[in-house]
Amino acid sequence: MAAPETSTAAVPTLYTNNTLRNAFGGVLSFFILLLIGVMAFSIRLFSVIKYESVIHEFDPYFNYRVTQFLAKNGIYEFWNWFDDRTWYPLGRVIGGTVYPGLTLTAGTIWWLLNSLNIPLSVETVCVFTAPIFSAFASWATYLLTKEVKGTGAGLTAAALLAMVPSYISRSVAGSYDNEAVAIFALIFTFYLYIKTLNTGSLFYATLNSIAYFYMVCSWGGYTFIINLIPMHVLLCIVTGRFSSRLYIAYAPLVVLGTLLAALVPVVGFNAVMTSEHFASFLVFIIIHVVAFVYYIKGILSPKMFKVAVTLVVSVGLAVCCAVIAVLIALVASSPTKGWSGRSLSLLDPTYASKYIPIIASVSEHQPPTWPSYFMDINVLAFLVPAGIIACFLPLSDASSFVVLYIATSVYFSGVMVRLMLVLAPAACITSGIALSQAFDVFTGSIKFQLTGASSNTEVDAAETSSSTAESQTDAVKTEKPEETAKNRPSRKSKKKEREHGEKPSTEAKAEKKRLLALPLESSVHCVWAAAEAYSAPSIVLTSRSHDGLHVFDDFREAYAWLRHNTDVDDKVASWWDYGYQTTAMANRTVIVDNNTWNNTHIATVGTAMSSPERAAWEIFHSLDVKYVLVVFGGLVGYPSDDINKFLWMVRIGGGVFPHIKEPDYLVSSLC
Amino acid sequence: MEARIRARVNLALTFFALLFFVAGSSPPRQFVISNAERRIDLSSHIINVHLTLKVENAGTRSASEVVLALTPTEVDHLAMVDASAIKGKRKKTTSVRLEVKPTELPDAPPIDTKYFTIYLANPLNSGESTTLEVLYVFTHFLEPFPAEIAQSESQLVFYHDTALILSPYHIKQQTTFIKTPSTKVESFIRMEPTNRVGTEIKYGPYEDRPPYSISPIHVHFENNSPFAVVEELVQEIEISHWGNIQVTEHYKLIHAGARHKGVFSRVDYQSRQSSNGASSFRYLLARLPPRVHSVYYRDEIGNISSSHLRTDSLKSELQIEPRYPLFGGWKATFVIGYGLPLQDFLFESSDDKRYLNFTFGCPLIGMVVDKLTIKVVLPEGSTDPSPVVPFPVEHHLEAKYSSLDVVGRTVVVLEKKNFVPMHNSHFQVYYSFKPIFMLAEPLMLASAFFMLFVACVAYIHIDLSIRK
Repeated sequence: MAAPETSTAAVPTLYTNNTLRNAFGGVLSFFILLLIGVMAFSIRLFSVIKYESVIHEFDPYFNYRVTQFLAKNGIYEFWNWFDDRTWYPLGRVIGGTVYPGLTLTAGTIWWLLNSLNIPLSVETVCVFTAPIFSAFASWATYLLTKEVKGTGAGLTAAALLAMVPSYISRSVAGSYDNEAVAIFALIFTFYLYIKTLNTGSLFYATLNSIAYFYMVCSWGGYTFIINLIPMHVLLCIVTGRFSSRLYIAYAPLVVLGTLLAALVPVVGFNAVMTSEHFASFLVFIIIHVVAFVYYIKGILSPKMFKVAVTLVVSVGLAVCCAVIAVLIALVASSPTKGWSGRSLSLLDPTYASKYIPIIASVSEHQPPTWPSYFMDINVLAFLVPAGIIACFLPLSDASSFVVLYIATSVYFSGVMVRLMLVLAPAACITSGIALSQAFDVFTGSIKFQLTGASSNTEVDAAETSSSTAESQTDAVKTEKPEETAKNRPSRKSKKKEREHGEKPSTEAKAEKKRLLALPLESSVHCVWAAAEAYSAPSIVLTSRSHDGLHVFDDFREAYAWLRHNTDVDDKVASWWDYGYQTTAMANRTVIVDNNTWNNTHIATVGTAMSSPERAAWEIFHSLDVKYVLVVFGGLVGYPSDDINKFLWMVRIGGGVFPHIKEPDYLVSSLC
Repeated sequence: MEARIRARVNLALTFFALLFFVAGSSPPRQFVISNAERRIDLSSHIINVHLTLKVENAGTRSASEVVLALTPTEVDHLAMVDASAIKGKRKKTTSVRLEVKPTELPDAPPIDTKYFTIYLANPLNSGESTTLEVLYVFTHFLEPFPAEIAQSESQLVFYHDTALILSPYHIKQQTTFIKTPSTKVESFIRMEPTNRVGTEIKYGPYEDRPPYSISPIHVHFENNSPFAVVEELVQEIEISHWGNIQVTEHYKLIHAGARHKGVFSRVDYQSRQSSNGASSFRYLLARLPPRVHSVYYRDEIGNISSSHLRTDSLKSELQIEPRYPLFGGWKATFVIGYGLPLQDFLFESSDDKRYLNFTFGCPLIGMVVDKLTIKVVLPEGSTDPSPVVPFPVEHHLEAKYSSLDVVGRTVVVLEKKNFVPMHNSHFQVYYSFKPIFMLAEPLMLASAFFMLFVACVAYIHIDLSIRK
């Protein structure tokens, strides 16, 4: 239907018409994106409005404290920071054990603002980092989906990501955790990968490595990228989609990305030495072999090539077997098979509960329940299959990546509730594609019903690769201007739609209304989730009763008391949950904290907590402890107090000190 | 405990020394105090001593300088001294404030006695007499005994003084009244005639006491009033000519009474309030100016939710509750901030200058402030700042960089130690300001955005690619 052979007389008018409409569409999508950004930011402010501008929960307090240190002492001091306020008497090397991305980002924002004499406190910057980056993340989603399926899908996906509850739960104002910036980095890295794949530009490949570097700085979840992209490359090779663009997209990423990743102290030589990264190197070798084969194939005649193949395959197989055997032997010789505990529990969901109670004790490491899927991605769960189908119509390099992304992230989210966060962008992208394709079909039907089968279309020759060349439809009559921008189907799908014939206009209209209702309903759910479910800072508790709102601020009361009325060098023992908060809010030395790097130390505290008074006193005395912080929620019925966590203290204590036995603490054994 | 005994021994030694040197004294002796009445109010931890002196010039020359004597311990704890002359008789009395200055008497024999001189408005001729009213305010003067108390105990304190008024002059007749906060008085030293009625102990009248005669006494009584002391208060008053005055107050609060001993039981504290934590305090009341807006109350770890604000047309009252009740020795820090309408506090003076008229003081009621720092942040571009404060304070200038400042704002810093509520008064800061500076920041922002857009336009129209 595309008409590159338009009559020459019509060219000038059509040309101006087209540029105008292009400009109009560009400006429109710019403003839509701006509004999406504003929405992504503002939907996350419920916690500030309902409570206050305060850092939430546990880990964010540590990040906040690190940022404060960074803001006060500068970057060099930060790298060398040995923290003696925690893990007494061991201490912790902060500079070498944190993912610095988040801290450096917030620190840079703070420094920038202060050098412009805008006096914002470090706390304010930290609180609002997550909402700002979720706006960035929704823009990155737009870019990624646009690369895959065009502007319309991009805008829909961005709007969905801006308000998907799963992501909101991790990025409300005050939730100052690694994921806040990491999701943006993840999506943006994927975007640059797809962009490179579509353009074959080395410029984007370099940018991709830098984005990957930022991701490595930000979150341990970078291993997801460095495994997913090789998987996709492998998929492309296997399905015969190898091209020079694929090579440019992948090879620089592995070389540059690995070099850059090794610069981050917390990763260091792990970037080449742990099993999480082996897949990328293996695929790196494979892609070179494949490239070489293609090169040889180009030089040799088909007959010669066949001979060469048989020769190389027979020799190559022998060599490969030897290399793989050596690798397997190397990996097998290490106790954890070269995998970290957390990664292993991803591959084998029962691993943690069997071997590492400390990982199993964390609620966000549990597998999710079915309702939590509905809670966290809501209507997207139903749109995802449709989106996957849309990705196959037609299957391009980019859309196969999306399919792979959604498939793997669904698996990971099933293992650990925390990784629902990785699923959310994938679900948004596929749902965005599904919705936008469906709208295309319906608006197309309406249009053709109205105008007949006129071929009033014009090719926009600007866009890139063969399979995703975009075309634009003219004179679309829709109720919402938003859909004008969305209405950019790919040529092939348009053709398909034509072949299938058009639905009657009335039916299409009804369907479209029904389809519109879906995201609208889901947005009601999203706002509810943002306002009610995910905005509690958890250090301030509120309860509604018949005589109004009650605020329980007991945590901060305790921390404030410790801060002002104990000696600066006093040691405070508590279960590790409260470690970060005690160091950040009370500024006192703690024995263990939420960075559970030393199991024995935690077990010592667990043993003390579950021992009789005399034995506990001796353990605590040996640790120079002057104050013990315990949380009792019985009076007001606060469920997650230390009584609730007590069995984990016993289990973790018993894991190291065998005289603590879990059955001794259970009621059945008492009577 | 030991320190307390040592202090008392020192005090006694001082008194001996004073008595010893009485004979050789030679301050201006022409005055005789014909009648002295002293009322000591011990109901809170701020001690007010009202001294009414009838001074008679018994010399031959006319004189205008009346000397007051205080012991060194008294001077150490003295927050303010104020004197006024009473004119008129019976109901038609008017009081005129007089100037009081610390003085050194070179030939005054009792080594450690400190002197203040009252300068009378009109010299007193020979044979004439006048009535003076003197107010002393002492802080940190009550000594908790026992020094540590448990949660359920109430706080007992010692008050040390002398039954006879220390004076360089001969006193013909004198009486001292001591008012205690309750009738619970453990012990007090008698010096006949002494009698105690209700909450009042009366010493005297004593007749014809020579100069520098003293007689140490103490009163040991229950005082459960909140011993709330602000160790440091930094008040920042930021003026914006766009219509707002932003006040930020940083408090470091301490309970200066008997130290808390043993455990603190929240359950006992909540359920048996009558017998628990009598000396502790939970609530503080701040009196803020009327038409106050955007009030906040927080500390370094976030908002403190327990506060109430009541406003009416004359005043605003902010009732705040620290995160935990304060027992003896416990500390808390917090910040109160609020905005005020500019037109209530900023005025133009006749010589084309502007001035801020604000209260010098601590809005919290009944507080002793050990160190009060007031920082007046003038708008960017202000020149020639000059503070006018009714009592002596230290002051210097600083610079502060606030939102989008380029040259920085002038900050007038006023510091006062040992501040009591009686000091509350207005002060002024005069400065010159050109209205054009008000537009500096909006213009700066506008031009920055303009440059940004120009840069964008330029970027779009410039083709930087090498290939064509």
